[in-house]
Amino acid sequence: MMPLRRFTIHQPRNLKEASEMLAQFGEKGRLYAGGTELLLAMKHDLLRYEHLVDVKTASGLDRIERKDFALHIGGIATHRAIENSPLVREHFPVICEMERNVANVRVRAAGTLGGNLCFGEPHSDPANLLLALNAKARVRGRSEDRVLAMDELIAGAYETSLAPDEILTGVEIPLAPKSQKAAYLKFQIHERPTLGVALVLELDESGRAITKARAVVGCVSPKPCRSEKAEALLVGERENVEKQLPEAAKALADAAQPVDDLEGSAEYKRHLIGVFLRRAFAKALSKPVA
Amino acid sequence: MKLSLKLNGRPTEVECGAEEILAEVLRNRLNLTGTKVSCEVQVCGACTVLVDGLPVSACTTLAYEARDRSVLTIEGLAQADGSLHPIQQAFIDEFAFQCGFCTPGMIMATKALLDENPNPTDDEIIHHMDGNICRCTGYVPILKAIKRASRSLKEKRK
Repeated sequence: MMPLRRFTIHQPRNLKEASEMLAQFGEKGRLYAGGTELLLAMKHDLLRYEHLVDVKTASGLDRIERKDFALHIGGIATHRAIENSPLVREHFPVICEMERNVANVRVRAAGTLGGNLCFGEPHSDPANLLLALNAKARVRGRSEDRVLAMDELIAGAYETSLAPDEILTGVEIPLAPKSQKAAYLKFQIHERPTLGVALVLELDESGRAITKARAVVGCVSPKPCRSEKAEALLVGERENVEKQLPEAAKALADAAQPVDDLEGSAEYKRHLIGVFLRRAFAKALSKPVA
Repeated sequence: MKLSLKLNGRPTEVECGAEEILAEVLRNRLNLTGTKVSCEVQVCGACTVLVDGLPVSACTTLAYEARDRSVLTIEGLAQADGSLHPIQQAFIDEFAFQCGFCTPGMIMATKALLDENPNPTDDEIIHHMDGNICRCTGYVPILKAIKRASRSLKEKRK
């Protein structure tokens, strides 16, 4: 069995204590939640910490609630809790569906949304969809609170813009108008997704034209990516947009700049973006509310 | 640190380090070697145990996470007189294992599924068991065993 190096585990009673501990330990410490990513990296000796700060002992971070026209999901809510939350299902069934297909049943039981986002694993689903849904990350440090867009939070592969003492307390997702349609699709042949495509569309009153679009491609490069050019091509009469899908896919692929890796060549991933954008478009529009 | 937990229904105390993995503590300190360790990266499911009823990978869960909680391993399924749990019996009846290395994890994952959803559809079973890998039996007998277990647990409840 692969043993872990020795460390001490700390149990802060609240966020302030957790933040202070993180500031004190500096590079020797790390916030610990579900451990589904962190412990793997530590087992392989890719990361070494002498102190883990268990954020789960600070209370209140697992709440899922609706307030101020947004759905708030606490940082330590597990994938399973989000998948099974009636409130999430009511407002964003697309999030439940995405969470239902994260990793496997064991990872979903232990892994948390905050941990997933803060680990910044490029081959992962939640950030892709949350970026398309215009979700914001709520962050608390010792001195101030910050609100970051998803693409500000995630700085690159395995990298966030959080300061050492800052903690992601949760995400807030602006409640969708009834006219919003959303879909998240992924392509996966190994343990982690090769490609994730999230598409969020707003329709006009007639339902025939798309008035706003947010499209995200993830897993093909270091961080989830949008393209203004692609989103402009996804607005207009449905029939016209449908004809523009290949061009929109190309714009998304140009913005994402897929890399060659074990999941496939860049060229292959560019092809997949075209296929999955088309499928996501069909899926988003065939559902009554998403 | 001293860890107090309910292990297979019994109050248990064990001394271990913060860095010790649940599978290490179960196998090396408590001599419960039914829990197998294979991939060590939460992919194969061989090490599946239930913590407060939920399946986790014992290979990548700190023993610390079991404090004051209830842990169920494969050793906790059969009755004291040795009679097998209906899920164990179903795996035998359907020949749902060959080498048997994945079987404790398969059975614990099945237990979690049937506790939550006593009558799963084939699709629900396949979705739930997606993270448990078997490299010799093939999955059809395992699917049959889970369905048989679901039926016999229903019979038992009558």
